[in-house]
Amino acid sequence: MWSELRDLREGQDLGTPPRGGEPVALVVDGKPVTVPAGSSVMLAAAAGSCPVPKLCATDTLEAFGSCRVCLVEIQGRKGYPAACTTLVEPGMVVTTQSPRLHELRQGVVELYLSDFPQEDVPGGWSELHETLQQVGVASHPYGQGENHLQAPVDESNPYFLFDPAKCIVCSRCVRACEEIQGTFALTIQGRGFASQVAASQGERFLDSECVSCGACVQACPTQSLVEKSLFVGGYHRAQPPKA
Amino acid sequence: MTIKICVPRDAAALSLGADATAAAIAKAARQAGQAIQLVRTSSRGMFWLEPFVEVETATGRVGYGPVTAEDVPGLFAAGLLRGGAHPLAHGVVEAMPFLARQERLTFARAGLTDPLSLADYETHGGLRGLRRALGMAPTAVVEEVVASGLRGRGGAGFPTGIKWRTVASAPAQPKYVVINADEGDSGTYSDRMVMEGDPYVLLEGMAIAGYATGASYGYIYLRSEYPHALAVLNEALATLRARGVYGRNVLGADFAFDAEVRVGAGAYICGEETALLESLEGKRGMVRFKPPLPAIKGLFGQPTVVNNVVSLASVPIILDRGGKHYADYGMGRSRGTLPIQLAGNVKRAGLVEKAFGVTLRQLIEDYGGGTRSGRPVRAVQVGGPLGAYFDQRLLDLPLDYEALAQHKGMVGHGGIVVFDDTVDMAEQARYAMEFCAVESCGKCTPCRIGSTRGRELIEKIVRGKDVARNHRQLLALCDVMENASLCALGGMAPWPVLSALQYFPGDFGLPAKEPAHVV
Repeated sequence: MWSELRDLREGQDLGTPPRGGEPVALVVDGKPVTVPAGSSVMLAAAAGSCPVPKLCATDTLEAFGSCRVCLVEIQGRKGYPAACTTLVEPGMVVTTQSPRLHELRQGVVELYLSDFPQEDVPGGWSELHETLQQVGVASHPYGQGENHLQAPVDESNPYFLFDPAKCIVCSRCVRACEEIQGTFALTIQGRGFASQVAASQGERFLDSECVSCGACVQACPTQSLVEKSLFVGGYHRAQPPKA
Repeated sequence: MTIKICVPRDAAALSLGADATAAAIAKAARQAGQAIQLVRTSSRGMFWLEPFVEVETATGRVGYGPVTAEDVPGLFAAGLLRGGAHPLAHGVVEAMPFLARQERLTFARAGLTDPLSLADYETHGGLRGLRRALGMAPTAVVEEVVASGLRGRGGAGFPTGIKWRTVASAPAQPKYVVINADEGDSGTYSDRMVMEGDPYVLLEGMAIAGYATGASYGYIYLRSEYPHALAVLNEALATLRARGVYGRNVLGADFAFDAEVRVGAGAYICGEETALLESLEGKRGMVRFKPPLPAIKGLFGQPTVVNNVVSLASVPIILDRGGKHYADYGMGRSRGTLPIQLAGNVKRAGLVEKAFGVTLRQLIEDYGGGTRSGRPVRAVQVGGPLGAYFDQRLLDLPLDYEALAQHKGMVGHGGIVVFDDTVDMAEQARYAMEFCAVESCGKCTPCRIGSTRGRELIEKIVRGKDVARNHRQLLALCDVMENASLCALGGMAPWPVLSALQYFPGDFGLPAKEPAHVV
């Protein structure tokens, strides 16, 4: 099943939508790259074949900057700007791979995994899994802590289901609902660790303003929102190995 | 002769019974057949003396406090109306050491005036700054603020004049002025005091900002916990409109300005300027990435000045007396004065407006009088819930943006919270992470998940579980939060944790010489 899904994907996801400005020349990982003005550093890196790991970014949605996996170093700038929300400038010198960036990305991805079903890490396929491979992380050091692993699955919609255990709160579904479909049926509810994707006022998907267009399912990088037809005999969460 | 008696209407005074005190004074005067003019003023900011009653006498205002309703008959018997002697009397208010040693520029009228009397305001120097500004070119007004060296008093410390310059030079129209009145840092109340006690100075500063940057409309984003400020601001706005200070022709000039108050919904993160703008637009208060800066693309995508209450309230005096006058106070790159708010375990909690350069020890000992419990000071948190904890060794640091930053501390909004030697710093560190977990907007992962993991790690360390490993992991997590978070909430939540670990390792059950993480 997963391999079929992977093969269905078209071309390379540039991370942020293409722009049509004047050409801007910059250097990414030592390689000269030219992209239109208004492009993100992430797009420039992808165009220069140095793709930066990402989770919340996709080229069908405007940049958002929430996942913090695409951090890069830019000569002359403080800190570690996100490649998706930073626009290219002429002469910019970008580094996408360094031990320090690796350390930070690993730290961020470990946090994701600390609230993600460990059973679903090996063998699965999703953009999250691709990112895990890219960053080289398969587990986390935090042990058992507060989590959303037992949050109930919403199977109310006839075409797709929502499993909050696999949700990384990247808001891609929320943004797809706004930017692609214009329905504004989805939102993030709650603050901090309690922040969760919610349909309308925290209703079941079927009872919400959702029009079942599927834009959110297509946008989801973790199979948290996923088509029901993929699961013959119904959806069952992977069971943790018996201790 | 009618005797003038002042009782504050500030929320802190009200919470200590100022209304009952005022009613008791009115009743006692009636019974004595003595005509009095009872004025509800702003507060001096000496909260340990509230309700603080002031009586106008030939030698100046004489103060009494704290005065409860039950104290009033006794005070009348002792000759309150003549400024008579009494155990609660403090002599001439202006001469009280707590006040006499301050440099009150922004809070020049604190405790003196009726907050809503425009006449009172003008008598005490009000509107002079705006009048002078309207006679200058807008760019000259911006440069006057640049020359003052004023930096954002909300916490970030960005030069106010430079921000104005960016908005002024942005070509797009319309532009907005937004006042960040979402004062949420622990132990801070200077914004509240301005809004409740001297609303016109804030609104005057806002109009000056509008004139200087080319904005004709303003929003005051007020936290929902300040109902008194809301009422005062709305009444003050109505008065300014009625008197032609706000409206189509500000003070008769060819410049239109008006503003409205918007109330927040109780989220700490909405004090972060971009989350504030989202909330003002009617959306969930989530942090935006920067750039674009709000000065270029702010409210509704338009160029926007976002300034803290105290920053804007400091602008009228800068325009009135000139940027240089203001810049003559202070040290280094920290110019002017800061309204410092003493809170926590301190004998004399209150507002101290001083030029930058005063040390933490002077503030806590000379002004604050040491701890309220009488026990030794053990830790001090400066700059709100994300500020570092300092121990005794750092109390001689001067209050200065750069000096505190060298120790991963911050001036922030000028709040100082004092703790005595009974404080458990591991619990304080745990709380810092918990606070971040509760108040995070939930957008970026280091803050959203990291804060909860941080709390869990500290709990494990305190329980003695895998201490060395969890300590290492906590330091690594703090590094990720500091360097990978989207905004300062996640980025600075580690500061109180790391400083507590550095100065008070024993509280975590860690050996005193545990691998020093350089804070």
